[in-house]
Amino acid sequence: MSTTMDQVVKKAKDSFGQMFDKSLHDLVRGIRNHKDDESKYINEAIDEIKQELKQENMAVKANAVNKLTYLQMLGYDISWSAFNIIEVMSSNKFTFKRIGYLAASQCFHEGTDVLMLTTNMIRKDLNSASMYEVGLAMSGLSCFINGDLARDLANDIMRLMTSGKAYVRKRAVLLLYKVFLNNPDALKPAFPRLKEKLEDPDPGVQAAAVNVICELARRNPKNYLALAPIFFRLMTTSTNNWVLIKIIKLFGALTPLEPRLGKKLIEPLTNLIHSTSAMSLLYECINTILAVLVSISSGLPNHNASIQLCVQKLRILIEDSDQNLKYLGLLAMSKILQTHPKSVQAHNDLIMQCLDDKDESIRLRALDLLSGMVSKKTLMDIIRKLMVHMHKAEGSHYRDELLSKIIEVCSQSDYTHIANFEWYISILVELTRLEGTKHGSLISLQLLDVAVRVESIREFACNQMAVLLENSHVFLLGSNSSSVAEVLYAAAWICGEFTSNLKDPQKTLESMLNTKITLFPGHIQSVYYQNILKIITYIITTSDNNDTTAKNLISMSIDKMSLFLSSDDVEAQERASVILNILKVVLKLIEKSEFNLNELNVLFDGILNPVAGKAQRKVVVPNGLDLDAWINDPPSESEDESVPTNQYYENKNTTQNLFSNNDNKEDYYHSSNLSSYPGDGSGYTQSKTYAEPSTEEIEKQRETRKQSEKVNPYYLKGSTQTKLIQKTDASPISSNTNDQSQTKTSTGAFPANLQLSLSDQLYRQSKIDEENRRLKKKSKTDNGSSKKGKKSTKKSDSTTVDEVDEDLYPIIKVTRGGELPEGVTESGNEDNENDEPSGKNKKYDPHQALKNINFDEKPVQIVPPPIVQKPEPVEKLPTTTEKPKKKKKTVGKEEKPSSSSSLKVKHKRERSDYKELSSPADIEDKRVVSPAPPPPPPAPTTTASPVVPTEEKPKKKKTKEKKSATTDNKTSEPLLLDIMSDDIMSGNSSNEQYNEENVYKLAAQSDNLIIESSVIPSSSTAQLDVTFLLKNCTSSIIDHIGINVIDSMSSKLLNTTSKNEISFPSISLFPHSQNYIHIYFAITAISFPQKLKTTLTYSIHKSSNENQTETIEFKLDLPCSQFLRKKTLNSNAFADLMSSGTLTSQSHISIPSSSQDFSSIIKTICQSYRLTVVDQINSAASLYSESILGHPVALLFKSSNSQNGISINGKSSETHFLSNLMEEIKSFLK
Amino acid sequence: MIKAILVFNNSAKPRLIKFFEYYPEEIQQQIVRETYHLVSKRDENVCNFLEGGSLIGGNDYRLIYRHYATLYFIFCVDSSESELGILDLIQVFVETLDKCFENVCELDLIFHADKVHYILQELCLGGMVLETSMNEIVARIEEQSKLEKQEAGISAAPAKAMTALKEMNLPQKIKDIKLPDLNLNLRF
Repeated sequence: MSTTMDQVVKKAKDSFGQMFDKSLHDLVRGIRNHKDDESKYINEAIDEIKQELKQENMAVKANAVNKLTYLQMLGYDISWSAFNIIEVMSSNKFTFKRIGYLAASQCFHEGTDVLMLTTNMIRKDLNSASMYEVGLAMSGLSCFINGDLARDLANDIMRLMTSGKAYVRKRAVLLLYKVFLNNPDALKPAFPRLKEKLEDPDPGVQAAAVNVICELARRNPKNYLALAPIFFRLMTTSTNNWVLIKIIKLFGALTPLEPRLGKKLIEPLTNLIHSTSAMSLLYECINTILAVLVSISSGLPNHNASIQLCVQKLRILIEDSDQNLKYLGLLAMSKILQTHPKSVQAHNDLIMQCLDDKDESIRLRALDLLSGMVSKKTLMDIIRKLMVHMHKAEGSHYRDELLSKIIEVCSQSDYTHIANFEWYISILVELTRLEGTKHGSLISLQLLDVAVRVESIREFACNQMAVLLENSHVFLLGSNSSSVAEVLYAAAWICGEFTSNLKDPQKTLESMLNTKITLFPGHIQSVYYQNILKIITYIITTSDNNDTTAKNLISMSIDKMSLFLSSDDVEAQERASVILNILKVVLKLIEKSEFNLNELNVLFDGILNPVAGKAQRKVVVPNGLDLDAWINDPPSESEDESVPTNQYYENKNTTQNLFSNNDNKEDYYHSSNLSSYPGDGSGYTQSKTYAEPSTEEIEKQRETRKQSEKVNPYYLKGSTQTKLIQKTDASPISSNTNDQSQTKTSTGAFPANLQLSLSDQLYRQSKIDEENRRLKKKSKTDNGSSKKGKKSTKKSDSTTVDEVDEDLYPIIKVTRGGELPEGVTESGNEDNENDEPSGKNKKYDPHQALKNINFDEKPVQIVPPPIVQKPEPVEKLPTTTEKPKKKKKTVGKEEKPSSSSSLKVKHKRERSDYKELSSPADIEDKRVVSPAPPPPPPAPTTTASPVVPTEEKPKKKKTKEKKSATTDNKTSEPLLLDIMSDDIMSGNSSNEQYNEENVYKLAAQSDNLIIESSVIPSSSTAQLDVTFLLKNCTSSIIDHIGINVIDSMSSKLLNTTSKNEISFPSISLFPHSQNYIHIYFAITAISFPQKLKTTLTYSIHKSSNENQTETIEFKLDLPCSQFLRKKTLNSNAFADLMSSGTLTSQSHISIPSSSQDFSSIIKTICQSYRLTVVDQINSAASLYSESILGHPVALLFKSSNSQNGISINGKSSETHFLSNLMEEIKSFLK
Repeated sequence: MIKAILVFNNSAKPRLIKFFEYYPEEIQQQIVRETYHLVSKRDENVCNFLEGGSLIGGNDYRLIYRHYATLYFIFCVDSSESELGILDLIQVFVETLDKCFENVCELDLIFHADKVHYILQELCLGGMVLETSMNEIVARIEEQSKLEKQEAGISAAPAKAMTALKEMNLPQKIKDIKLPDLNLNLRF
């Protein structure tokens, strides 16, 4: 009964609800009342809205759309209602129009497809009599304008700029920026009017114009330099702080381009700083002054006053109680730091205070500043304070930040600022006691780096590390053991490598053996095992051949080591077992008294040197080695799991600290996945079966390994001498002795029971030392200066004080840099790009297009959209009657399409980079692949390759021969071009080369792919370079391109990946794009034209998981003329050749009539057949060329005056070649 | 350029979302949530700038925010905007809201999200600052409201009555947004 009653009520309610439509107000309230089932309620509401949208009544529709706008804010997609929104937008009533435009501005975007329906409606609204309707349309348009709307409505918006109402004008000006973004072509015609608006009587319009020009100038400052006087006047006259701030920011962007402007700016800016009471303006003035000072930095030394003013004002900001000002003050301070560190150092105290600030952002800013402020003198104090902070700091994020900062500060520029490494080591050791830090491996790497680079610290470091090893259980028990335990990696390695420095190696060994090592991560275990063997070796070596000690030691170790065989890490377990077996062998030998110490010693012989970070990349890839090719069969995907240790080593390799050891191969063995050693392979299987290798076998394996290393190009041979670079050339004797004594005292201070030394102790100690030295020094310099007299000026005084300070610190040898392969220098950033993730900066930026508009350019006639040309060389040629000027123009025209075709290559490359970033498989590829650039690979010849034309472009620009890049519709092209020219410009191209080639002929075609080919002979070897231009006609991605050419008698495909086949795994074609592939042929005979059967395979990605493999078969046409290469010969040599009698074969053809005049024919022939003119008179020309096998070819063209006929005499040393060539020319000219 | 303007309350409920660049709705919500996490854990007396990082835009972008009672006002801007200027713009925005709603509170923003948008449209256009004078903005908003009233005319009267009726059982509005005085000395 009650249910029926409920139903009735509900029905009544429903009908009631329909009568009184739910307003936005009701909807909001409803949502608030349905907190528990909000989404259900909203879905019901959306259903209602859908019903309402179907009604004719505009008020109901508008109400529905208004509700949708609210739901959009809550995260609901309302794009399905786009059409209804447009209906509401088109209402005559302002109320509804407003609702419609609001909804549109919230949910439309440039990709919304219904936008094309709106053009006329928006135009009507833009032309409305009501300024509020115009305003609505412009507000909406600013949110969803796209290329089409921008193009269609640009004129309407331009017109609104002259409206009588400031309300409309300022909106139009701002909207114009959006128009430019979406349609860069509009910028140039609109700019003059925009400029006028800078002087608009209404300050709001003026501000808007300044705003837009500032945005434009950020993208391309140089176009707006010319406006500097106007802005300068505005700056001195305007009182609107918004405008002033924008102008001052704009000047900051302009000064780097025009230092003279900067000099002019300083005075008015200084005035503003003094006069303004607005902090924001003050701050921007300081920023711009700093930018000015940077741009004219070296020129004028007398800007100290400005710097001082800035620093003073910033100090006021930093001291302010307002956190925002404090933050900004620190931010600007860091800019000064880059150029004038001294000025900032003076405010050391203030910045240290900021480290205590309660605001983390401010603390982090202050930290940033600190790294630039340290010097030898201040380092210890600063770090000490940071350590204090570290202990009080809350929040692991800030603490980690502090930790990494400490290490960064100390290690910067190869530890320049560290005077006392004992202190630094103890700081590092103290850092390991931090709970919850994630920087364990960072500390570990620092310890290793210092121990390796600073020889004098090794003893201290070793003993500190020994303490750590003894207390390794701490790292096991700690809550955060995993990260901090990394230090044990360094500790074990340092103790093992530099055992001779250990006070009590036996004890260290025992503590290492007694640790539950197996609980540590695998890579730490491995280092433990390896270094246990090192320490054992050392102890035996130094135990005076006392066999019993050795025997006891080894048997004890064997006992302990056998426990480690149960390690669950593959790598560690393997090492444990190898080392265990070595020990067993040694024990056996000792028992037989056959043991020779050196056999064990030789395992760890040699000195370890730091290797430069770039060393691996600097190794030249030897000829004939293809890094892309698989050495073994590619692993199936299931085998992809990588051993964690490998990963660790890879991480390590990316850091600066790469170590290699002469005989200790483990690292190398693991990180290399490219090379396989026979020795290692067998060793691996042996250790798996726990067979006991004899020492001879080990020795033998080592020999083979050494041999393979010698041959192996990847192996970095460590040289035996360590490169030690002294910090200063002449080190005063006094400080050297100081150094020694200090080492003594510091080591002496720590008794044999090996306690961790506290950095504070060392800090105090070194302060005392410092003071002593200072006193000594003072008495010395006092003597010295009294001898010198009072010659020195004030300035030199200050410098000597600095020098004196520097002298106060002991000079410690630090091995800087690292080793590189022979004949390679560390300079050159050319491969830096490999370090950065390339995706980010190549990301498409809508503002980019604006960068390429140059106001200085004269608009030239519109060049037809680039089409990859099917050359009709005859047409290209200017007739002789044409003037040189005209000729240039034709060159320009030619250049356009060709450059655009290469542009697409660039475009492609970007895209493929993007793809490589996205797909893990490709990243895998990239790691293995050599850094050689993706397509198009530079042809090994010096003759023109498809890349060459682009080299022309920048040159043309320089010579003011500007072509209408901007008037071209394809606006993305100039932008890409700019990127291009940076990348590929190689400078040694000549016009001649440009003219020579780049002729692509259609080779084959299918529904999906068009193949065009171009053949270029090698200039020195008997090779042909064939470039295929592949054009993807589908809207899917095409990749896995492979090409198969069946070799003929006289041609052979080179660089094949398998028989007769080359695959291009790195090349993929995006929809409707194109790319190049290169193949090379070795040619052994040239007599006859070739038609090579070629098969191109590729796969099309129809959808995400559907690939379709297709093949195209075609004949690659290699006529005899393609075997010719350009060769110039002067007329004397030509005459000699003709008379020498070597050109035995002759041929003659005549062409009855020709439509062209003689000289243009000669030009065409020269271009098409790579012939050069030796001599030319009115009606005759002698041409010369050479085949790629070196056969000379001489042709004499004569015009028979009768009917423009031409007769050609040819001479060569190869009969068939000549006659085939002549036939070709004949058919060409007909 | 201003890239986005967000207003949300102390429990991450969005009250106004305005992106000057297109993001799909899910991403918008995600940005709101992440921004909330960034600002909500900050103390009251710390600086009002945050490096947005990967949130929107990248390194060039900063979050500049103000916290009024229950609401956070967040502007995401690039380096072409003056930090202190934007702080002041937020103040202008809030003061304008205060004037238009007569002692603005969160409920006003909840029930009149559309009106808040209209006010914002007078403040900036396409990510650029359009007008910074509060009086000018208020005048324009009032004129447009007048326009709407004229259009509605008599026909809207019953609807008005309905709204008034519905609003009667609303809990009393809490007028809790207080506008602190700016100590930046940035009056235009």
